[in-house]
Amino acid sequence: MTTNSTALPLPASFALDRRIQRPLVILLALAAPLVALSMGKSWVRVLDFALLYVLLAIGLNLVVGFAGLLDLGYIAFYAVGAYTWAFLASPHFGIHLPFWIVLPLGAAFAALAGIALGFPTLRLRGDYLAIVTLGFGEIIRIFMNNLNQPINITNGPQGIDSIDPLTIAGLDLSKDLDLFGFQIPSLTLYYYAFLACVVAAIILVRRLQISRIGRAWAAIRDDELAAKAIGIDTRMMKLLAFGLGATFGGVSGGLFAAFQGFVSPESFSLMESIVVLTMIVLGGMGNLAGVIVGAIMLTALPELLRHFAVPMQMALFGKTLLDPEVLRMLLLSLAMIVMMLVRPAGLLPARTRYAHRDRRNA
Amino acid sequence: MKQNKLIFALAAASLVAGAVQAKEVVVRIGHAGPLTGPAAAFGKDGENGARLAIEDANAKGIKIGGDTVKFELVSEDDQADPRTATTVAQRLTDSGVKGVVGHVTSGASIPASRIYEQAGIPVITPSSTSPKLTQQGYKMTFRVIANDLQQGNALGKYAVDQLKAKKIAVIDDRTAYGQGLADAFANSVKVSGGQIAGREFTNDKATDFMAILTKIKATNPDAVFYGGMDAQAAPLARQMKQLGMTAKLLTGDGGCTGEMIKMAGDALSATTFCTQAGIPLDKMPGGAAFRTQFKQRFGNDIHVYAPYAYDAMMSVIEAMKTAGSVEPAKYQPALRSLAYQGVTGPVAFDDKGDIKGGAITVYNFDAGKWAPLQTIQ
Amino acid sequence: METFLQQTLNGLVSGSIYALVALGYTMVYGILGLINFAHGELVMIGALVALQTVTALSGAFPGLHPVILLIAGVAVAVPVCMAVGYLIERIGYRRLRNAPRLAPLITAIGVSFLLQTLAMIIWGREFHVFPQLVSTTPMQPMDGVVVSPLQIFTIVVAFALMGGLMLLVNKSRLGRAMRATAENHRVAGLMGINANGVIAATFIIGSGLAALAGVLFASNYAIAHYAMGFTPGLKAFTAAVLGGIGNLPGAMVGGLVLGLVESFGAGYIEHLTFGFLNSSYQDIFAFMILGAVLIFRPSGLLGERVADRA
Repeated sequence: MTTNSTALPLPASFALDRRIQRPLVILLALAAPLVALSMGKSWVRVLDFALLYVLLAIGLNLVVGFAGLLDLGYIAFYAVGAYTWAFLASPHFGIHLPFWIVLPLGAAFAALAGIALGFPTLRLRGDYLAIVTLGFGEIIRIFMNNLNQPINITNGPQGIDSIDPLTIAGLDLSKDLDLFGFQIPSLTLYYYAFLACVVAAIILVRRLQISRIGRAWAAIRDDELAAKAIGIDTRMMKLLAFGLGATFGGVSGGLFAAFQGFVSPESFSLMESIVVLTMIVLGGMGNLAGVIVGAIMLTALPELLRHFAVPMQMALFGKTLLDPEVLRMLLLSLAMIVMMLVRPAGLLPARTRYAHRDRRNA
Repeated sequence: MKQNKLIFALAAASLVAGAVQAKEVVVRIGHAGPLTGPAAAFGKDGENGARLAIEDANAKGIKIGGDTVKFELVSEDDQADPRTATTVAQRLTDSGVKGVVGHVTSGASIPASRIYEQAGIPVITPSSTSPKLTQQGYKMTFRVIANDLQQGNALGKYAVDQLKAKKIAVIDDRTAYGQGLADAFANSVKVSGGQIAGREFTNDKATDFMAILTKIKATNPDAVFYGGMDAQAAPLARQMKQLGMTAKLLTGDGGCTGEMIKMAGDALSATTFCTQAGIPLDKMPGGAAFRTQFKQRFGNDIHVYAPYAYDAMMSVIEAMKTAGSVEPAKYQPALRSLAYQGVTGPVAFDDKGDIKGGAITVYNFDAGKWAPLQTIQ
Repeated sequence: METFLQQTLNGLVSGSIYALVALGYTMVYGILGLINFAHGELVMIGALVALQTVTALSGAFPGLHPVILLIAGVAVAVPVCMAVGYLIERIGYRRLRNAPRLAPLITAIGVSFLLQTLAMIIWGREFHVFPQLVSTTPMQPMDGVVVSPLQIFTIVVAFALMGGLMLLVNKSRLGRAMRATAENHRVAGLMGINANGVIAATFIIGSGLAALAGVLFASNYAIAHYAMGFTPGLKAFTAAVLGGIGNLPGAMVGGLVLGLVESFGAGYIEHLTFGFLNSSYQDIFAFMILGAVLIFRPSGLLGERVADRA
């Protein structure tokens, strides 16, 4: 779906020389929390969440953008990851395992859930798949909400609190770090931990994209019949897409639980799935950079609206006509419609080839 | 001792400064709750209550530690969403608030309380009733309203002892609030010697309760309890009537609203009961006056939680006055030992931060409004 | 036994509303192969517009007979929904008719959320009371079973509409054009059928039915709200798939079956699973059925089109 010719050429400013582009992005990523900190800790928190969403968007992009399978229940994997962490590292069951056990386990469970969803839906395409995945997401949420009886597993709607923070090699990220007299706030520590995960994910996905698997996905996305005809095991490849995509969701969910310290089913509503989908639609399905930009934009959007839209309306009309939440919904829905009509490939469209022509940058 | 000297010195210094020019200190206090989203009405109500308290305090010209203090409300919108709540909490602590009234929903209060605890800023919720909030062992978390346990216990006991209901069916909406309340209620009914005739479930977006009501009807209970909000309780009441059920309908504070009366219409009768935490406003010495003042200021009636938000705000200000300081670390102990006569009743906290002896009042639908029947301490 | 009959009745009432909504899904799918996600929102718009009309009328002319109010509400709600339905097709979907499969689907989700948000801006977030224009006083045809005139009215109206639609599709000229377009809209065009017009007509008819379903829904539960359309929409879609999407009688059967399954499910699941599951799982029955049907019998109960065709 991304490989159509309607993709507009990139504006000149995006087409910076790649040799400048890359260090610039790295610098920006490293310096972002420092800049944000000067504007207040809440902005660092926004950045932290943005990275978690980037991770989610990368994972969903694998399924939707690469393999062309529309998944409307993606948030279920996020939930699986978050609940795994909450089960294995909180006073709820009295288990406190370290992150290097919990996080991979969460990812593995999410992957299993992904395969469990993928297996029966292999034959479905397009709209049907979308509806079934939507149903799957709701089923998972409803189970999490109700499994406090007859035996209490998830603690039901009350959620699980006092979840252990992320502790890496004895360093508790939930506490400010005192480094040679410099105070590094906990939020900044989390930022770099999340950034490391995002970078790892990017590297992995880029390798995947140009691998045999990535090319197989692209083939399925563009024409499943033809893909089958040239000998691609479409069943296997689709399962792989679901499983791998879910893994990213699981990791992100685990980090979310550790960061937030509290999980409850209301964090995993259908709306969240839609938001993540909009991120990749807006940014450019199938294109990593686009997806990341989309995720960051949409995470920052409510905060920006809160900061600018409300005072602006106050100044113009003397009262808030449209509150930020309504504006956000309005913009999200319009983005989905308008993007499909005007620029179906997203802000930063995927290049027409799945592989990198320029070997040096591969 | 040393500290006291320091305060004294500071106070003296400020007195000297005050002699030169009338000094006015601006103290910012936060309010957090859903101002947008489905629960916006509750958040707005709380915000208005908190705002009224601030305006009253400012009108009195309160002096703390020698300075005239001008309070300022910083209101934030948490959309009743757990994740947004933490961002909002962070922003409030960033903006240097000395205390926070909020959050309104338990799902928001619980994750936010961790951030206030780390920042050392007292937070008083006017309406989050989940028992878990104060079970986390945080020093900075307070609550001026009876929690779900207290409310469910009181209503359960009342239903069995006073309403003589032997068999009671329990429905909840699978939200943290509804489920917590329904569990406490069901427990209390059993302890009081009643019998739970059935436990049914719905959700907070449902409109059709015919199937579960039909099932309940078959067990012929004396009463049906619903743990949830008015938007579901009202159609539930209508459908009970439609099915010709004569069982009493009991709800907690979520169904004890004016909206409930409006939406359920003629489905309510003398067999509908509900509870609210606190003493009925009109029974309070200053209650009627508060309602009039509130109506005058904001042009609409109190929804539910405004008086609690008012008391929460006043508790912060009272504690600051007692401690002679607006600094959280200084006035937090005063908050712990607070004894303040609020709009909703006497405000004092136990060692967990819950209100001491929170009163629960049982109401009965009578001639188009909720009439208080009995207040249980 | 009485409980069983009562549950059947409950199921028939909600099922006939599902069926009406499902018809809209199935018609659009039959002709375009598109899931019109926004269809559920038309139910909501229908209910809220009718409510607005009734409130305004009864404010201006107090003492008006409820039946006149109801007719007036419907008379305004149906054209409004038809117009909205037409606009959705014209602006949102028409340009994407030959686009890759994901594009119209994402647009449809966008339209759904857009309509919800707009409704929220217009009517606010609060729950509105929908006046009871048809009596709900319970009657007792037999011991232990109660039925209200409103419930009978709902079932009768739903069946009448479904019958009317069947006549329209099978007997009228427009119906023949619709069937031809569904078969292959290019060839239909060659036969002198204005395919765009027929597609627009399909959307308009489906939207009108959704408006009526909205009024029935709101009357039955006495409530109207900006987000009320989403869940019935989703369930109606399930019903359409259950019956075999693209198949009109299938949508009706699917709707009724789903209504009954939900009703019996909530009533009996606790006994069937020995207390392990209970009515808190009422909302997942629809999804479970959907999954099962698509996996084991993709062409639905009555069949016709194959799901894989998507």
